[in-house]
Amino acid sequence: MAEHQVIEHDVIVIGAGGAGLRAAVEAAAQGVSVGLICKSLLGKAHTVMAEGGVAAALGNVDERDNWKVHFADTMRGGQYLNNWRMAELHAQESPARVRELEGWGALMDRTPDGKILQRNFGGHAYPRLAHVGDRTGLEMIRTLQDHGIHQGLDVHMEVTVTRLLMEGGRCVGAFAYDREKGRFRVFKAKAVVIATGGIGRAFLVTSNSWEYTGDGHALAYEAGAELVDMEFVQFHPTGMVWPPSVRGILVTEGVRGEGGILKNSEGKRFMFDDIPPLYVDQTADTPEEGWRYVMGDREARRPPELLTRDHVARKIVKEVKEGRGSPHGGVYLDIAWIKEHIKDSEAHIKKKLPSMYHQFKELAGIDITKEPMEVGPTTHYAMGGIRVDGDTQMSTTVPGLFAAGECAGGLHGANRLGGNSLSDLLVFGKRAGEHAAKFAQSNGAVSLRDEAVAAAEADALAPLGRDPGGDVGPFRLQYELQVIMQDKAGIAREGEGLAEAHAEVLKLKARAAAMGSSGNREFNPGWHTTLDLPNLVTVSEAVVMAAQARKESRGAHSRLDYLTKDPAWATFNHVIKKGGDGSMEIRREDIPPMRQELKDIITEEQG
Amino acid sequence: MATTTFKVWRGDSAGGEFQTYEVEVDHGYVVLDAIHQIQAEQATDMAVRWNCKAGKCGSCSAEINGMPRLMCMTRLDDLPEGPVTVEPMRAFPLLRDLVTDVSWNYEVKASIKQFTPKAPDNADGSWHMEQYDVERAQEFRKCIECFLCQDVCHVLRDHAMHDRFAGPRHYVYAANLEMNPIDTGDRVAALRDELGIGYCNITKCCTKVCPEGITITDNAIIPLKERVVDRSYDPLAKLISLVKGNGGD
Repeated sequence: MAEHQVIEHDVIVIGAGGAGLRAAVEAAAQGVSVGLICKSLLGKAHTVMAEGGVAAALGNVDERDNWKVHFADTMRGGQYLNNWRMAELHAQESPARVRELEGWGALMDRTPDGKILQRNFGGHAYPRLAHVGDRTGLEMIRTLQDHGIHQGLDVHMEVTVTRLLMEGGRCVGAFAYDREKGRFRVFKAKAVVIATGGIGRAFLVTSNSWEYTGDGHALAYEAGAELVDMEFVQFHPTGMVWPPSVRGILVTEGVRGEGGILKNSEGKRFMFDDIPPLYVDQTADTPEEGWRYVMGDREARRPPELLTRDHVARKIVKEVKEGRGSPHGGVYLDIAWIKEHIKDSEAHIKKKLPSMYHQFKELAGIDITKEPMEVGPTTHYAMGGIRVDGDTQMSTTVPGLFAAGECAGGLHGANRLGGNSLSDLLVFGKRAGEHAAKFAQSNGAVSLRDEAVAAAEADALAPLGRDPGGDVGPFRLQYELQVIMQDKAGIAREGEGLAEAHAEVLKLKARAAAMGSSGNREFNPGWHTTLDLPNLVTVSEAVVMAAQARKESRGAHSRLDYLTKDPAWATFNHVIKKGGDGSMEIRREDIPPMRQELKDIITEEQG
Repeated sequence: MATTTFKVWRGDSAGGEFQTYEVEVDHGYVVLDAIHQIQAEQATDMAVRWNCKAGKCGSCSAEINGMPRLMCMTRLDDLPEGPVTVEPMRAFPLLRDLVTDVSWNYEVKASIKQFTPKAPDNADGSWHMEQYDVERAQEFRKCIECFLCQDVCHVLRDHAMHDRFAGPRHYVYAANLEMNPIDTGDRVAALRDELGIGYCNITKCCTKVCPEGITITDNAIIPLKERVVDRSYDPLAKLISLVKGNGGD
């Protein structure tokens, strides 16, 4: 066996974005020893890119808001496929989780009476997103990081986990390598929390960074965990489209929350054309009413730009497809127009959306206070993920394995509301940390099998001994996968394309498994990409398989061959698991009946 | 599409050299795009850190044509004609190619007294803060920890005083805590002693390279220096403390 270091903790947390940090902080607070494993440096995870805000029914701006309204909004946004228990806990606990951040050093923007300010966002009935300009995610990760480093966490930076270690069906640790030297680290733990984020790198146009290769989804799947709702991938309606180098970079929904409007090449506000039945009662009839809503008129209803992300993204695609797009294949997002209503609009925009101003100025040469932006959909978020118990966040099938944040499934159903991911990672990061610590305290010591560690080592080293593939190296292979997924399993899907994608992904799986890498073990991105590729292929296969199975259009999942939503498909989730023969299996799992008081809330809020 | 020449530093702590790569560049390309292209097509083992590619995570710091900058926010069409040189930050030990060991920064930060809030103002555990109260510290909280300010600072870069000088990033961090409206911690003595703020001779290079536009010297360092001076070097206060019989801190 090659050399490796063995590190022992009560709880290890894989992933150090918001969810992982929150889980680690909580586990440490329970008095257990915690190891926090980051794929990058601490504080660089993708949470920094979250912009608009964190959803919590604080009721600071509109006192009519409360957890019940937030719960109903989340369920409606998720088209009722959500794990309702998670939606309930999320709505109830997010206000306390947000307030607690200020006790750790966060400084949110304020209301005139000195409380945390909240802004409008798509699908939220009232101004609900606590925020700091448009850099809320950075504020949150830095707050958790700066708090966490004083909680006795053992932080392992630039360390990537390639396998979960199992003993008698229980998860007992993880096998990893460090980027710097390629040395192996074996983590032995009584409980393991996965908080690895999403799968965006499976697609060509994405707002996600290189880290988002579905590692947690794939690690858990290989260890016997179930994945749920994998057909639902959120395409954020507004990513940058031009110049090519910035394609996919996120443009916050906060632009629309602050009054930004969407227009086609004919200058028409096309979002007024087609309002989904679930939202007709909540949506403004005229631009004038929409503007009053933005300005805080409590009697006015939301402008259609603030409909849910799935709908807005589809509408943009339709405009482009029908020839009314902008020169580079998007539509126009205009915030400069508010000068018609606001006197000092330039300063106002720079104050409310400083990062967006900076991003367009630097990268596209566009001054958003004067001209419209060109935007189009970008792969943003995986609603699907590791299937967990709603209260404890423990995997439904693997004891000792917990998941939180984007890599866990359930809360968001068929479509996530903006702002609900930052609250998700706080609420369920805390719960995962708490229950992982309890599990570690109440379950005995673990042992690792030498053969399992040796096998993980051999597999990690294998690419360096194989042919690096000439022209098609690991990066090109990843690109090929991204093209397949973008074209055939993206925002508009149909049966034939999905079947092709399935076949192509399976072929690519074999090529990824045979891919080699040049260079040595020291900080070698080619080698690392080769090791990430099988994870990306696994999540891609799961997305395609679930998308093929769902023969309707619901939330973020749009089928051109099944255009409508079918009530018969609203009663179950798709669950994916590794079969006994090693192949991927999918089944339907009925959604458990909702408690009566929650049903009443939904009826009440709809009325 | 045009071809641009890149001279990228390749090597490790044992030594290395600039290697030349020709890259087909597209409209709007930033330096990181070119580096990615080299990685994909010519050198899959080229070591580089990056994450968000949008100027928000502060991972891809390097020296481009000799200037400390983020590779993801440096557009090629803003650079002068001719070859583009890309090399690692010099103020930190080299790991490989464009990647340096920045762990020292994490150690320094952990040594600074953490945020210590006063008791909450309200029953729900929240505090009353006005917007104008939070804005001052909010500027410092924009920091993305790219460490370019550390890289450019001559106290670290040329004099390697890492053992007694915390550097601009950590003065910004300390200023954020000191100016947080509800913090009760006191870091003034530490700034004077362990964190060595006195070595800063306000050349403002840090402010110049900050990709977030934080006014590091004027808004963070100078006010902290003033606090140190008020506490330790005010002649009148010194006299009073001598008369009272305690020597100050």
